[in-house]
Amino acid sequence: MADTSLSQTEARSAPAAPPRVGRIAGILHRNETLRGYLLMSPTMLIMTIGILVPFLILLVMSFWTREGFGFDTTLTAHNYTRVWNEPIFGALLQRSFWISGVATVVTVALCYPMAYYVAFHVHRNKMMWIILMTLPFWTSYLLRVFAWKVILGYQGVINSGLMSVGVIEAPLEFLLYSQTAVIITLAHAWAAFAILPLYVSLEKIDKSLLEAATDLGDGPMARFFRITLPLSMPGIIAATFLIFIPTTGDYITPALLGGPDGAMIGNFIQLQFGAINNWPMGATLSIVLMLWISAIALVFLFVTRKAQERIA
Amino acid sequence: MSDQGTYIKRPNRPLQIYAMVFLFVLYLPILFIPMFSFNDSIYVRFPLQGFTFQWYGELWNRQPVWNALWNSVKVGAVVAVISTILGVVAARAITRYRMPGKSALVTFIMMPLVIPGIIFGVALLVLMSRMGVPLSLYTVTLGHLIVCLPFAVATLLPRFEGFDPSMEEASADLGENGWWTFWRVTFPMVMPGVVASLLLTFTISFDEFIMAFFLTGTDPTLPMYIWGQLRFPQEFPSVLALSSLILFVSFILVFVAQWIGRLGLDKDT
Repeated sequence: MADTSLSQTEARSAPAAPPRVGRIAGILHRNETLRGYLLMSPTMLIMTIGILVPFLILLVMSFWTREGFGFDTTLTAHNYTRVWNEPIFGALLQRSFWISGVATVVTVALCYPMAYYVAFHVHRNKMMWIILMTLPFWTSYLLRVFAWKVILGYQGVINSGLMSVGVIEAPLEFLLYSQTAVIITLAHAWAAFAILPLYVSLEKIDKSLLEAATDLGDGPMARFFRITLPLSMPGIIAATFLIFIPTTGDYITPALLGGPDGAMIGNFIQLQFGAINNWPMGATLSIVLMLWISAIALVFLFVTRKAQERIA
Repeated sequence: MSDQGTYIKRPNRPLQIYAMVFLFVLYLPILFIPMFSFNDSIYVRFPLQGFTFQWYGELWNRQPVWNALWNSVKVGAVVAVISTILGVVAARAITRYRMPGKSALVTFIMMPLVIPGIIFGVALLVLMSRMGVPLSLYTVTLGHLIVCLPFAVATLLPRFEGFDPSMEEASADLGENGWWTFWRVTFPMVMPGVVASLLLTFTISFDEFIMAFFLTGTDPTLPMYIWGQLRFPQEFPSVLALSSLILFVSFILVFVAQWIGRLGLDKDT
């Protein structure tokens, strides 16, 4: 949503200030820029206090070490070497990326047909459909995860339901506290993040291209794979990012449904700031997580870019 | 719209069924919460035991719930007002003025949408503790502002984009100054976006957990209260009742917000 509105903004605001000549115009132009910055400044101030400054301090702290109940503030890469050398950190990171990777693929795959349906086959009350599909997303994330705990629990909806109809004798134990539980919950909870960008990219596709393909003898399958899918690639990429990046650091879902097998890096970061009380290590893990996410995102972008060039 | 679109328009049965199932599965999990909140048993399991308002009655008499509710409402209201004002100002600046580095600024504002919330939470926690600021509802409010600002801007931007600048010019030509032009021309035009943004940001703050988790002091917000109760299985039914009420309110607020926010925007869809 944000992406499209941004590009529209730039397209529209550009002609609003046509290139002018002369000194006064120059000052005016500069003034306008200044006025724009002035308007932005309160927002930027809050963002700086809330994001930039905390980040820098987090970065600095990641080079500290714990000393008793306080910190040793001499800068050292000790935490980073620990993260690099001790297998538990790598394993946790790997598991986090695996879980959210699978959840991302599942979500995008399941949401694609839905977005496709609304974009191509719904002609009345489209807005209603979009609101319906995204409404649950706005409600409490905690409660949606809690709902899955109610469903997958040892005496939850599935187990007690199956037992009362007599399909199973004892509760299925693998439902709760597993990676599967985390993946199911993530896929369900983040669906809206996939639907919106997918829908936007599908909706934008020029229908006459599809007609052209049909006229030239393409069947429905060929039409889909040669036109619809490649043209909706930006939506697929956006959806992948919008789900993969925030879910890798998710805390609530693995905390409530993961158990020991489904614990992710977010839980470990929280532990460092909580029970383990090693804040510098928590800071280091946060920075490492950010770096890994950026690296994966860059590689993914690069690969898809190459793939698209191949198709085009 | 007659012949040419027909093959696209042809209803696709399997897809239609898929869409129905999709919506059903999307809503099913959260429907279990209200369902079991009326169940006359402290166990959350089938078969249902009978209908009761007992758990809601219990909530009514619980002082900590009321405290947490009041905390959440206070934080939510402040966050909604501030983030919407900042959103209006930012959206206006973004759409109206040519600024070098604008897209970088917008990306910066939108960052909290994609970066894991836990990182913002711990970063703010570290900042507060280094500056010696005690954790309180104020720190939660700051955290929520960061989370809500992108949504306020994203809700308001399309409103300001769909806005014809010549309206403001006309007002200026007719002798209004900048201040009154804003209140009498600009503001009424973007009003639906403002209302939508207020409702959305309030709901997001009201439901937000992870920032509150790291930044709450002694006064819990409602989600923090629920989190605390989740440790006690015997509290499940009352948590279910409380959750049902929260879900109900959130659904209504968001539905109204979405409806108002999109009014007149995408007429073609």
